Amino acid sequence: MDFALQQLVNGLTQGMVYALIALGYTMVYGIIELINFAHGEVFMVGSFAGLLAAGAMAAVPGIPAPVRFLVALLAAMGACGALGLVLERAAYRPLRRAPRLAPLITAIGASYFLQNAVMLTLGSQQHAYPEIAGERTFAIGGATISIVQVLIVVIATALMAALTLFIGRTRTGRAMRACAADREAAWLMGVNVDRIIATTFAVGSLLAGAGGVLYGMRYGTIDFFMGYLVGIKAFTAAVLGGIGNVPGAMLGGVLLGMIEAIVAGWGASQWKDVVAFGVLVAVLLVRPSGLLGEREADKV
Amino acid sequence: MSMGGGFRPSAASRRGLAAAAIAVLMAMPWLMSNDAALDILTIAGLYVTLALSLNVIVGYAGLLNLGHAAFYAVGAYTYALLASPRHGIHLSPWLLIPFSGATAGAAGFLLGLPVLRLRGDYLAIVTLGFGEIVRITLNNLTDLTNGPNGIANVDHPRLFGRDFGVDVAPYFWLVWTVAIATILAMRRLENSRVGRAWKAIREDELAASAQGINVTVMKLQAFALGAALAGVCGALYAAKQGHVAPESFTFMESVTMLAMVVLGGMGTVAGPVAGAVILAVLPFLLLGLETWRMLLYGAALVLMMLFRPQGLLGRRGGLAA
Repeated sequence: MDFALQQLVNGLTQGMVYALIALGYTMVYGIIELINFAHGEVFMVGSFAGLLAAGAMAAVPGIPAPVRFLVALLAAMGACGALGLVLERAAYRPLRRAPRLAPLITAIGASYFLQNAVMLTLGSQQHAYPEIAGERTFAIGGATISIVQVLIVVIATALMAALTLFIGRTRTGRAMRACAADREAAWLMGVNVDRIIATTFAVGSLLAGAGGVLYGMRYGTIDFFMGYLVGIKAFTAAVLGGIGNVPGAMLGGVLLGMIEAIVAGWGASQWKDVVAFGVLVAVLLVRPSGLLGEREADKV
Repeated sequence: MSMGGGFRPSAASRRGLAAAAIAVLMAMPWLMSNDAALDILTIAGLYVTLALSLNVIVGYAGLLNLGHAAFYAVGAYTYALLASPRHGIHLSPWLLIPFSGATAGAAGFLLGLPVLRLRGDYLAIVTLGFGEIVRITLNNLTDLTNGPNGIANVDHPRLFGRDFGVDVAPYFWLVWTVAIATILAMRRLENSRVGRAWKAIREDELAASAQGINVTVMKLQAFALGAALAGVCGALYAAKQGHVAPESFTFMESVTMLAMVVLGGMGTVAGPVAGAVILAVLPFLLLGLETWRMLLYGAALVLMMLFRPQGLLGRRGGLAA
């Protein structure tokens, strides 16, 4: 029972990180139907931005742990938000009217570029992630929960709540929803579509940045190639929940993390990716638009 | 394909030009003294066939496939398992090359059967998942496949009593013979009844089915044909390298093939051929830049796409949405 509870906690925290990244995929997809393959690399850059910020603060004595953590988190989110804007401007906006797969290829190119840029500047080795949040652990019902796991749940929940409010309650959020529903109609209603798309990229990217820091703290080491597998997983999570659907991405992320933890708990961790993708295929066969996705009618 | 207006060579002289180009290509092993360069051209030839096989699925039928490396892997492992000391089975390579195509084609058919009713990018993620499942399975089934270390000492083909061995030239001829045959076949297929049906589905599935095209059957055919061709390439790869391992069939491999198709111009024959040759040779041209190589490769991919969104040899319009 203790073991099961422990795996549940592990799965939940892993899933919340997936969910943060999946949100970026799903938001961009919802608005311009692009699979942003560079998003995994944005997450990776965020993780490194947090690492560098933490490294800079390590030189200064006397900063309390919560401040260190928050500064690293905000630095990563800021860096990623800016990176998202640059990517959108340089690699995707010029191709807005191009054939559908053209921006997919620039995304792949950007992905190679970012991976190698980080590798060239910071090296290809594993980087140890500093324990900026301290090492406290809590024992709850026989399971050991680290402060990092608590932070993941708190921060991810707060960010998702903030995002939900942003999309549901603000003027920009409403414009985003309008663009997702019908870009041309939104444009006719006076929505600055280019600005809204750029905002979507920025918001999705800063969530990935937060995910990067949380991931680094959870696993302890990061490297320039980390965005590849996590990116695929987060994208899978987004599709599992129903791509383009914000609550779906959260649900998909948590579900995927849980599935992986359960399979790993059975002692079959080398098969966890196979099971994760297997579940995805099975879900799509029963619900072709994902768990929370809406079924689209044929347009005649 | 019209290149601007003006001069258009007659059909006969174009055929003559093509024959001359093929003759020069096939003479390459004698013209080039550098084995390394010939090897790169051999790999480029392999990618020409791979890109054309993916083009059937993505370019003609309009089905986004992000796991094409899986079919390539199925072909390569079919060959390696049945012609190596791994399990002591040594079937004839000449039998195994088409047979590997058949197993990969069957894999494509079996995958397509349940998933082809998925729309657009949902299909893309399922193919991505399938690709990962195949790779990880090959990696984990250690008893069968020797896991991450792969299968070594794969049999080389023999012809007229001569073992292909580790020479480059025989593989160059073999690979490019398959590539040229594929190019010629694709040119016929493109405008055949089947090819036109695929393009109709790509442009508008509903309209195509209203025209009496059996959409599911046609999609399955595209999937199976593309997969089978990739399987043949896998067998050629295994025969040439003498060694196969799961790491050669990652998602990145699928993505590279897709980049070749889209960069060259999907839905054409010349496009994927050009894309394959450029992207296969480019990394070697950049080799002198060492660590900067992949950074520039990524930048080049972005710039080429921004420069010609429809692909280098693609046609404008038609492929919208």
